[in-house]
Amino acid sequence: MQSKLSKFYMYLFLSFLAGIILVPLYLTFISSFKTLGDLSSNVIGLPREWIFSNYTDVFGMEYFWSFAWNSLVYGVLTTVLTLICASMAAFVFAHIRFFGNRFLFNYLLIGLMFPFASAIIPLFLKVRDFGLLGTYWAVVLPQIAFGLGFAILLFRGFFKQIPPELFDAAYVDGCNYSNFFFRITIPLSVPIFSTVAVVTFVTSWNNYLLPLIMVSNEELYPWPMGIMFFRGEYDTDWSMVLTYVSLTLIPAIVFFLLAQKYIIAGLTGGAVKE
Amino acid sequence: MIKKNITSAFVEKYSTIIIFLVPALTLFTVFVVMPIFEAAYFSFYRWNGMGAPEKYVGFKNYAFLFKNGIFLNALKNNFWIIFVSLFIQLPFALFLALFLANNFRGAAVFRSLFFLPYILAEIVASLIWVYIYKGDYGLVGAIWGLFGADAPWITADKEWALTAILIVVVWKYFGIHMMIMISGLQGISKEVIEAAKIDGAGPVTTALRIKIPILWPTITLSIFLSTLGSLQLFDLIMPLTMGGPSNVTHSMVTYLYDFGVGRMRLGFGSAISVVIFIICFVVALIYQTTILKDKGYN
Repeated sequence: MQSKLSKFYMYLFLSFLAGIILVPLYLTFISSFKTLGDLSSNVIGLPREWIFSNYTDVFGMEYFWSFAWNSLVYGVLTTVLTLICASMAAFVFAHIRFFGNRFLFNYLLIGLMFPFASAIIPLFLKVRDFGLLGTYWAVVLPQIAFGLGFAILLFRGFFKQIPPELFDAAYVDGCNYSNFFFRITIPLSVPIFSTVAVVTFVTSWNNYLLPLIMVSNEELYPWPMGIMFFRGEYDTDWSMVLTYVSLTLIPAIVFFLLAQKYIIAGLTGGAVKE
Repeated sequence: MIKKNITSAFVEKYSTIIIFLVPALTLFTVFVVMPIFEAAYFSFYRWNGMGAPEKYVGFKNYAFLFKNGIFLNALKNNFWIIFVSLFIQLPFALFLALFLANNFRGAAVFRSLFFLPYILAEIVASLIWVYIYKGDYGLVGAIWGLFGADAPWITADKEWALTAILIVVVWKYFGIHMMIMISGLQGISKEVIEAAKIDGAGPVTTALRIKIPILWPTITLSIFLSTLGSLQLFDLIMPLTMGGPSNVTHSMVTYLYDFGVGRMRLGFGSAISVVIFIICFVVALIYQTTILKDKGYN
């Protein structure tokens, strides 16, 4: 067994690292309650006087809420449609034998290594030519397309574990493929649906490059573009910027604590399998 | 009667295949595969996106790109990002994973904590560090202040700006690799570890001789993922430096955004896209072939 001393050093080391993670977050949060003067003269300490006006100011901004709403719309549309398209495709790859099954599956998987940045110029032109600029679809459709490979990989791995005997039995009872998918596969696969949903939603919520290319209208800015916009507006008043960032951190951390299981399952499961 | 059943089963099967696959295949082909070929086509033109591309320039866009000092510097920066990711971040993640894969008291809390930066949006993580690095009211400024020195403005300093970015890269991404490796380590059967213990192997020998070799496929995956990620780094750089000061901290993608998209030089931008694509493709190919080779040995 490890000696007490080495255990002590281990905890010391881990706590030190935890500090490197937490101190920036802590400072950001604490600074959002400071006045601008306090912010520059008293960097590390607690606020000399706790002020909440930064928060009421940010909450009072109309576009603050519209950025949040837009991100929600982008996220929900992307997630729902990714779940539908990817689960159906993965079902076919996992359970139906046909000529070309493996080929089409590999075709979709090569998308995993396509660098998104390489596609931005043609994507922009395509979306413009489709007349989708200025709509939510300009961001949603490319997001779905680029997330499909990973989602299908995760779904297929899960669906494969459903025993084929189940399908044979259902088939004898007059159940066809699509019935089987809706009545048996989906109810059995709630965990993987949750995992893919969480990972897709978080990816969409955090996405920056795609909306940066597609969205020029401030009314359709998602959250990350909103933060950058806000930073530009308040570059001289960082207590406001830090308030905005804190308001981003809090829901993100709460969501992380609640959905951690799914996030980690999705990211490591997809990575380690196959 | 039976024949009719067989036919209808056949029809049902293939109509299911088609209906279930068409949405995914269409979206993927239109928005992922076609753009790469279109970029390759546009890259031979000088074009601002209006009308059809007409001014054919051959390989001039590429020639210009590889003579351009800012782009070559961006390539070099991407190389440094890969280097730090592979030789500092990953060994560090592995070292932590070897500790934290064990379920001692508090291990779960530390795991979650170290993973936390990964789930923050890049923009947010980066802005937090912009604040930390600030010379006037950031932490760095305060620490320098303690020594009575004038604080350097790290992100605006040519010497330090890239280092500032690299620190944030490690801070943000070591957690995901640690998690991937922990889930690999927890998959190693207990018997193997026990057997090593009985043979008298200490924790270090077990890690070096047994855990790391068994974990190797997972490690190569981490190498692959962080190389691809490093090649595409964009979001983290934008709030920190936007490629500045004087264009010294561009990555290939921020260069593409600034000089291709931002200035509506779409032909030139497409040439940059193609170069990024080819580099990523080669990396993926190397990964595929080494993995296949490894599987061949087993």
